[in-house]
Amino acid sequence: MQINPELLEKIVTEVLAELGAAGGSTAAVATAAPEAVAGIKLTEKGPAERGTDPKEVVLAVSPAFGTTFKTTIIGLPLAAVLRQVFAGAEEEGIHVRVIRVYHTADVAFMAHYAARISGSGIGIGILSRGTSVIHQRDLAPLSNLELFPQSPVIDLPTFRAIGKNAAKYAKGESPTPVPTNNDPMARPRYQGLAALLHNKEAGFQDRSKAPQELSVSFE
Amino acid sequence: MAGTKRSKRFEVLESRPVHLDGFIGEWIEVGLYAMGSPQDPKPSIRIEGGKVVEMDGKARADFSMIEQFVADYAINVKNAPEAMAKSEVEISRMLVDINVPRSECTRIFTALTPAKIARVMDCMNIVEMMMAMQKMRCRQTPANQAHVTSAKDHPVMLAADAAEATYRGFKEIETTVGVVRYAPFNALALLVGGQVGRRGTLSQDALEEAFELQVGMRGLTSYAETVSVYGTERVFVDGDDTPWSKSFLASAYASRGLKMRFTSGTGSEVQMGAAEGKSMLYLETLCVMVTKGAGVQGLQNGSISCIGVPAAVPSGIRAVAAENLITMCLDLEVASGSDQTFSHSDQRRTARTMPQFFAGTDWIFSGYSSTPNYDNMFAGSNWDITDVDDYLALQRDFKIDGGLRPVKEEDVIAIRNKAARAIQAVFAELGFPPITDDEVEACTYANGSKDIGDRNIPEDLKAAERLMKDAVTGVDVAKALAKRGFRDVAESIILMMRQRVAGDYLQTSAWVASDGTVYSAVNDANTYMGPGTGYKIPDDRWEEIKSIPWAIRAEDI
Repeated sequence: MQINPELLEKIVTEVLAELGAAGGSTAAVATAAPEAVAGIKLTEKGPAERGTDPKEVVLAVSPAFGTTFKTTIIGLPLAAVLRQVFAGAEEEGIHVRVIRVYHTADVAFMAHYAARISGSGIGIGILSRGTSVIHQRDLAPLSNLELFPQSPVIDLPTFRAIGKNAAKYAKGESPTPVPTNNDPMARPRYQGLAALLHNKEAGFQDRSKAPQELSVSFE
Repeated sequence: MAGTKRSKRFEVLESRPVHLDGFIGEWIEVGLYAMGSPQDPKPSIRIEGGKVVEMDGKARADFSMIEQFVADYAINVKNAPEAMAKSEVEISRMLVDINVPRSECTRIFTALTPAKIARVMDCMNIVEMMMAMQKMRCRQTPANQAHVTSAKDHPVMLAADAAEATYRGFKEIETTVGVVRYAPFNALALLVGGQVGRRGTLSQDALEEAFELQVGMRGLTSYAETVSVYGTERVFVDGDDTPWSKSFLASAYASRGLKMRFTSGTGSEVQMGAAEGKSMLYLETLCVMVTKGAGVQGLQNGSISCIGVPAAVPSGIRAVAAENLITMCLDLEVASGSDQTFSHSDQRRTARTMPQFFAGTDWIFSGYSSTPNYDNMFAGSNWDITDVDDYLALQRDFKIDGGLRPVKEEDVIAIRNKAARAIQAVFAELGFPPITDDEVEACTYANGSKDIGDRNIPEDLKAAERLMKDAVTGVDVAKALAKRGFRDVAESIILMMRQRVAGDYLQTSAWVASDGTVYSAVNDANTYMGPGTGYKIPDDRWEEIKSIPWAIRAEDI
């Protein structure tokens, strides 16, 4: 068994506790206070606005990214994930603006929202477990520029490449897509766990809350 | 266990592949529960003035949009009082009773509520489900579908693999992409390669729904399958959809003469965190009924891409067989999954497929990976091309028609080469980035994308975009082939264009034979009523299944 049983048990216990606390009525909602995660500080600055800077891409993270969840499904620290995406984009002279969405935990819709408010029209979506999409404003929500559906095979170099390619699209280039990792055995190993994690993350969804601008500082 | 003395036996057991699989305990509150959850609704129905006013313990005013859709369009209210009065055990016994005809079973099932149907399934063990499948699948002759994908989205490799797959016997082929903008080329490669391998092949490109419809209307594909429906309102709404919008999409396909089926599967709702505490099979029952209510001819289910979820919980693989069976009982075509990896264990992955393989379904796999799994862009199928000789042996061992036939190496090489040259010709004629003779050669003999070089991807993507902008159609492809000496392939493509005008293949569970004859539940209806009835393997087909090339023959010694 590769899935750490203690982690599983901890998650299940936490979710059950939250379900009990919420009384089955409303979902638990993360607070707007500064969020301390090892190596990174995410602070909400208010509702995310439509940008005009053509040299930005907008990165949408999921409701519990960096708060309840600190690593991807394979244990990559989310601070390192953000650092790599930022670095990849900066290599191309593009700035990453980060927002947190609450109204959905569907990565396609997250990324599409990011693209719609991005000055360059390019957005990225990343779920806490690592699933990622590069999106463009004028595409259908369930289409995309590049999709990285298998969270267990996304490593840090891939996150850097995602940042770099998103930046290239923002500059109007046609980059070679990030090579697709494909592990046919990822599902047998991780899908049950992914379902657990998603149920956990979906508990932080708030359909009535608008996406929030995040300031990100690395420590 | 650190510090304690370990049993060598247990250390060996823990090193077995099955221990790499994810197993998780049941979690009733969020719906991580296969079938028969204590939180599932209790069956009930109340009809007033020809309308369902209460279903499964809920008043009409409290229905979700899915329940309303199902109550209004998927339950025969005339037969409902009679059907609902029967006990669940009685109904399950009808399914395995050889003296009760299929038509009587479908008459009862189409008048049941979702909770009742789910409970009927929970009365049955896996062998009884298999007996029921044998009788209840709507088309008598089973068939098989393949995935044809490439980790490099390599058009030449896709065409060659499509040709080999259809030559091996797969009657439908399905592709998807690594890079979404390659999609038009993938559709084109399967169209050409599929017809090279077997005239009459149905091909599809599993992508975003608007794009799928567009390539279908253009004649670059001949059917669609990945129109997804879900069992809870929240998942539907998250996809910006309703049962009505899906029905509208279904009618768009029908109006253009294109075959289509919906897709659903156990585990999808809980995977998306929105199962509302119901069991996977109960929610899947709603999906099958939404499909029925939408008037769609068939459904792909059997958990599909969420198979890791039911497979992780107790009785999950039994629930997967049950969802296939429900689809059959509602008189729909079933493409019965077994199309995604869920286990590292060869024993588990074989066992998962056997109920559908032994009983026979309309499409046993949906699909079987016709490439090595590292090239399978559906993230791996339960069986891949490297398992194909095992599959042929199983057909032979048990005298089962699983839809495939033994092939000779030289024939496969020839058919792959022809498909590669045909797609080369189409690219040249339409002005797409050239396909070199070296690429044709490499893809003729390759096993997978690791054996071939890389294309210039940005150039290919620009050309694929142009294919869509210039509105290239199936007829343009046929013209290009005819002009470059592939007249027979061109004729095959025209045959497929004609299908959408004739419309015969819109009938339930249809496939197209090489002479253009359409076989479906209308002219090949399942007549099983016990031993000596139903599908009997024709003698020539049995000879074909028997003759695996590697068997030692007495006359050769």
